[in-house]
Amino acid sequence: LSGWHINANETRTVRIQKVETETEHAKTFYFEDKLCSLAEPGQFIMLWIPGVDEIPLSLSSATNGLVSVTVKDVGEGTHTLFQMKQGGIIGIRGPFGTHFKITGKTVLVVGGGIGTAPLMLLTFRLLKEGVKPVVVEGAKTKNELLFVKQLLNLQRKVGLEVTFATDDGSYGFKGDATNAAGSVLSSRHVDAIYTCGNEFMTLKVYLLAKKNKIPLQASLERIMLCAIGICGSCVIGKYRVCKDGPVFDQNQLKEVENELGKLTRNFKGERIAIK
Amino acid sequence: MHDMDRLGTELAGLHLRNPTVLASGILGISSESLREVACAGAGAITTKSVGLEPREGYANPTVVQVECGLLNAMGLPNAGIRQFSEEIRELGDLEVPLIVNIYGYSAEEFGKVAGIAAESGADALELNLSCPHVKGTGAECGQNPEMVKDIVGEVKSRVKVPVFAKLTPNVADITELAESAVSAGVDAVTAINTIKAMAIDVETAHPMLANKVGGLSGGAVKPVAVRCVYEIYEAVKVPIIGCGGVRTWKDAVEFMLAGASAVQIGSAIAYEDLAVFKSVTSGISEYLKEKGFRSVKEIVGMAHKR
Repeated sequence: LSGWHINANETRTVRIQKVETETEHAKTFYFEDKLCSLAEPGQFIMLWIPGVDEIPLSLSSATNGLVSVTVKDVGEGTHTLFQMKQGGIIGIRGPFGTHFKITGKTVLVVGGGIGTAPLMLLTFRLLKEGVKPVVVEGAKTKNELLFVKQLLNLQRKVGLEVTFATDDGSYGFKGDATNAAGSVLSSRHVDAIYTCGNEFMTLKVYLLAKKNKIPLQASLERIMLCAIGICGSCVIGKYRVCKDGPVFDQNQLKEVENELGKLTRNFKGERIAIK
Repeated sequence: MHDMDRLGTELAGLHLRNPTVLASGILGISSESLREVACAGAGAITTKSVGLEPREGYANPTVVQVECGLLNAMGLPNAGIRQFSEEIRELGDLEVPLIVNIYGYSAEEFGKVAGIAAESGADALELNLSCPHVKGTGAECGQNPEMVKDIVGEVKSRVKVPVFAKLTPNVADITELAESAVSAGVDAVTAINTIKAMAIDVETAHPMLANKVGGLSGGAVKPVAVRCVYEIYEAVKVPIIGCGGVRTWKDAVEFMLAGASAVQIGSAIAYEDLAVFKSVTSGISEYLKEKGFRSVKEIVGMAHKR
């Protein structure tokens, strides 16, 4: 019996060390936290904006005690966070949940929009472990592509293969990330696919992986309240995204195929169609 | 003798394969997660509290870890009984009894929700007379013995399934509430719901819960809950379902010795996951075997004879 205490679930208040503007609607916030710096790629934290909200966010980097989350401004909580500067106080608990498991020699990493955030941490980890990632990032338009500089830097320095895709063709491949991923797969073999993005895209990548018989790991998103597997707000099928996920493999995804990319639940717990 | 025979028990006309019950508010939103809990070995399951109309609940933080437990103010998020009745129907073939927890803002509203829940296939109803953090319902009804009587009476007149009253410990004398509920015909009493509590972050001076005040659960409340069960057992004749900080077989046995026929498990799932149901039941079984009891029913209230 370990007491009624989960180390990671203790809320710690930390100061924002650095804020970087990624795009018009996305910023990266850096802070120091020992537990989070030990997180695996794909794990998430609950970030408390005192007096406003607490939101689930995947870690986008973790090095030497300094960690970051990359956030899209979508609501009241993120809006307040976006006004905060270096030195501002936030609360964090976590890391929580399952993570991307490093596997294979050459792997495909498919990110859509803000879903690219946890895949950056994954990409760095893959490179460190000697796995060759082929990265595909999609967004609606050029200005919404994240981490372009960092990815191009990696391309120059370590020969990272990276493809950008925009729906409007304003940068890179014209089309969505799944189309770009499909074209990568038509020309080369990969041992595994990793993905995170909106769930329409995740469903498409799931079907692409299934068709090509390639193992898949995908990070999903649902409304998260407790983050410790008890409130039930984040369920998909029999799984809790906070505890059984957020990273699921293709066998688990198969079990929730009828919901994936189609149904979610709102704050009332009502089943609703994914918009 | 099989464990099954030893662990099986009766609760207000329901047969339970073992005395562990999923507490309300835990994984009770979807039929799939409730089914998972049944598969994990619970003797019965209780849904999240459902009202007449859909409700969003409070902003985050809604759950905060404190010393020896959890503090929560979810704010009764629920889909409303009309939509939730689909989840109840999906559980029609469930292997264990399904208890639907309901709330309302008046006796009449409780009655309406109860009617729909029972019609949809609830095996029993548990009345939320104890949520400590939503205005106009829960504990605000449940702290008043007269209202408890009215609500129980109204619900009993509407449904045939057993009706349980989940009581609040946030009163001077919980036995008064139990007596009121029993006088109106309640079939069992659940004790206790969370204890009204709060936590403040010292760095920012902000109350940690968005709702500022919430309810405390987990290990911290167990001694209070055991005392409440003990007092209620002395006061009324209906079965008691113990609730508050059950994580091990020892906790469960302690509640039963105090007078509980069954125990609910909730917060412990955060620490032990769903395996807690099997570990608690197998521990109870070992205890019974070692002490030479043929049935778990034999130990209910035993501490009162000491």
